[in-house]
Amino acid sequence: MIKTDVAIIGGGPAGLSAAIAAADMGAHVTLVDRNQELGGQLLKQTHMFFGSREEYASTRGFDIANILKEELKKRNVDVLLNTTVVGYYKDDGVWGMEHGEDKFVKLKAKKTVVATGAMERHLLFPNNDLPGIYGAGAVQTLMNQYGVVPGKRVLMVGAGNIGLIVSYQLLQAGVEVAAIIDAAPTIGGYLVHASKVRRQGVPIMTSYTVKKAYGNGVLEGATIVKVDNRFQPIPGTEMDMDIDTMCIAVGLNPLVELLWQAGCEMRYIPQLGGHVPVKDENYETTVEGIYVAGDAAEIEEATSAMVEGRIAGLNAAYTMGFDNGHYCDEREKAIKRLQDLRSGPVGVKISNGLLKLAEEAV
Amino acid sequence: MISEKLLREGVADESDLKEVIPPDWALEKGPVAVAECFQEIPCNPCSTYCNRGAIVFENINDRPIIDYEKCNGCTLCVSKCPGLAIFIIDKNFSEDEATVMLPYEFLPLPKKGDVVTTLDRYGRPVGKGKVIRVQNTRYNDKTPLISVTVPKDMAMVVRNIRVEV
Ligand SMILES: Cc1cc2nc3c(=O)[nH]c(=O)nc-3n(C[C@H](O)[C@H](O)[C@H](O)COP(=O)(O)OP(=O)(O)OC[C@H]3O[C@@H](n4cnc5c(N)ncnc54)[C@H](O)[C@@H]3O)c2cc1C
Ligand code: SF4
Ligand code: SF4
Repeated sequence: MIKTDVAIIGGGPAGLSAAIAAADMGAHVTLVDRNQELGGQLLKQTHMFFGSREEYASTRGFDIANILKEELKKRNVDVLLNTTVVGYYKDDGVWGMEHGEDKFVKLKAKKTVVATGAMERHLLFPNNDLPGIYGAGAVQTLMNQYGVVPGKRVLMVGAGNIGLIVSYQLLQAGVEVAAIIDAAPTIGGYLVHASKVRRQGVPIMTSYTVKKAYGNGVLEGATIVKVDNRFQPIPGTEMDMDIDTMCIAVGLNPLVELLWQAGCEMRYIPQLGGHVPVKDENYETTVEGIYVAGDAAEIEEATSAMVEGRIAGLNAAYTMGFDNGHYCDEREKAIKRLQDLRSGPVGVKISNGLLKLAEEAV
Repeated sequence: MISEKLLREGVADESDLKEVIPPDWALEKGPVAVAECFQEIPCNPCSTYCNRGAIVFENINDRPIIDYEKCNGCTLCVSKCPGLAIFIIDKNFSEDEATVMLPYEFLPLPKKGDVVTTLDRYGRPVGKGKVIRVQNTRYNDKTPLISVTVPKDMAMVVRNIRVEV
């Protein structure tokens, strides 16, 4: 059995930042990720990030992953890759992990930060299981990490940031994007992203959804249809599109199975992406010693994921008595950062969700 | 107020643009930046990378309002804008031509002297332009900047190029 002070589950921006922060405080940290490489979603993000310089704005996602990995190397953190945390033994406070294909390892930590990220949502329509229909994030991984294009002509479903960015990256890879559609009446992602795809000639069609997909064994086309303001299809507005690929980018759900298992109190908060754990200001869940950070806590951004990770990591170490003398400053700075990031109109949804979560938790 | 068109289609209309078009006196003095960033988002590199203090933010969600007394079109902000929303307009490149400098993250890159198709905000061809500069240094970090000639009255229309291969 492996023993450590702070276990971090998930090595995306949240987990990496948590590991760095806890190690800085002086704790012994073990970072676990099921992938072969640390970085989480960042590894496939070839676009420049928003935010501010403190969170590496204007730097491309994969470069941010490299910066964080370099920072991690400077600290004495144990890293277990290719290791999936599959369960929690509540009575002993032990995590069960699968290492590689056939090895089972146990991990006992005094504190744990769960930073497992999120998974993509799918959409219901006839033939939505035809080969050629992918999650947009999956296509991004395929293209940007493995160098494989998914097809020749794509319909993107979802005009949030992920749909817009993956469309742009498909174009960069030489793939035609027939259209980006979204059932909402307005574009959900940042308008600057929308404008940069639009000026490549890609139509963005709001108030449209997929009626059905068709094809003989593989995707050959899709029928899209306009919806009214109650999201009901308007008869007679159907349109067929010849496509060999469809990308679904209709949102993410926090990956919280481990938190359920651990007995953390959970709430369903749509603004935060679905079922999320109740947590306090230090990102500690209702189970003492188990923290959460990043997309697992609520679907937001890498920028906020990093700051949350920092807060969780700092507090996990501090509550065991570790402090390099900067705990209070660092924590205060991070909490202020989060407030700043969420202070604008696009932060309203998250802020409302967090408020609702706090209210319901009482 | 962001226009319906921008919210629904991703294309800024006149009412949006009115807020960001540089005043005539600014366009007369030389190259200047135009930031087509109409939404309050948590983002501020345009401000932090401008070393002339032409874009000042109090909150990270502020919109970039360019102080044309200070902006000299130096281009430092353009390749650092993750929204690729900043363009440099030089209204008086020649007697009848202006230039538009735009971020361009596609291959193949055009070369200086090439003639390319100019596109508007919908990606529709609107003419031809000559590439007068390609800036692709380490600072640009894979966001090359292309300067292309356009008729003077197209300086606020052309926002993209197509390189014919
Ligand atoms: C297309 C796209 C574009 C984006 N663009 C931006 C942007 O411009 N700016 C921005 O700020 N954000 C952006 N984001 C959002 C950002 O990527 C995420 O918010 C961020 O990565 C969340 O970080 P995280 O650490 O919580 O999760 P992730 O990055 O998802 O990392 C989770 C990690 O946990 C590991 N893991 C999961 N379960 C287990 C388990 N059981 N055992 C072991 N390991 C496990 C995974 O392998 C993964 O490495 C974008 C996202 C996408 C998909
Ligand atoms: S072009 Fe130069 S001076 Fe003008 S806003 Fe950008 S960085 Fe500042
Ligand atoms: S850097 Fe670009 S996207 Fe960010 S605020 Fe400035 S102009 Fe807008």
